[in-house]
Amino acid sequence: MFEIGLGHYLTLGAIIFTIGIAGIFLNRKNIIVILMSIELILLAVNINLVSFSIFINDLAGQIFTLFILTVAAAEAAIGLAIIVVYYRNSGTIRVEEIDKLKG
Amino acid sequence: MIAHAIFFYIFSFIAVFASIMLTVSKNTVHSVFFLILDFISVSCLFIMIGAEFLGMIMLIVYVGAVAVLFLFVVMMLNVVEQKNTLFKSSSDSTYIPIGLLISLIIFFEIIIVIGGWKYKPDLLNSISMNISSELTNTHALGYVLYTDYIHLFQLSGMILLVAMIGAIVLTFRKRSGLKRQSYFKQISRERAEGVDLIHVESKKGVKIDV
Repeated sequence: MFEIGLGHYLTLGAIIFTIGIAGIFLNRKNIIVILMSIELILLAVNINLVSFSIFINDLAGQIFTLFILTVAAAEAAIGLAIIVVYYRNSGTIRVEEIDKLKG
Repeated sequence: MIAHAIFFYIFSFIAVFASIMLTVSKNTVHSVFFLILDFISVSCLFIMIGAEFLGMIMLIVYVGAVAVLFLFVVMMLNVVEQKNTLFKSSSDSTYIPIGLLISLIIFFEIIIVIGGWKYKPDLLNSISMNISSELTNTHALGYVLYTDYIHLFQLSGMILLVAMIGAIVLTFRKRSGLKRQSYFKQISRERAEGVDLIHVESKKGVKIDV
């Protein structure tokens, strides 16, 4: 209980990952919350990589975390730009009303 | 060790609470605030576990840039009036139990993987980049990042450049009737077409509007 090991951090990562996936499944608010859930999933992956890197004493995990951070920032920027363009064209970003792509 | 456990539980509880609130809160602005809280608590965990550089970079990149970008877009798009209908819409809400079920299954799968997991016996011999105790975390990362991983580092720079150009191209729009500075016309103006010298005879005055 009081001995914090690798398993605790992995469990935390699993919980946050699951909440992110549930956030993608469950919400119909707007697509911005889905993007935030994707950020949560990437955060969980970062937690896993950093805790492995610390506990097996290898630096490679932290390097990969840096790259994931870069990709996450780029993805957020592009995704938000697409959302802005979509809102400008159709006036809504509610998930249930985004139905221009049929099929 | 006790302090480590106490801080771990505090920060991870805050992180899990913030992520749940991010998912279920009605107002999108509140969701962004909970995202910020989540990132801050996870970066505290990183700093506590010994990855200080990544914790600080998380603070700078996520809280300073990404979350503010989210907040900016949320406020610009006026999505606050489009309230959450997560638990209200009863007409076709069959996806909620299925979504919960699938995420629970995913959670238990991950927990099973974590629970029955061991190091390979020859793993510790195959580690190439040991974390040495005399270098700081930032030093060690820098030594590896700029030598072994230089190509990936520059590639990630290219990714950021492409993202920047893509975001600008996507959100740029031409408006009609907008007066803007024309640099080409401004620079290519000659003296002959800009200045008109008029010889004025004395005691006659000038007739300006010809």
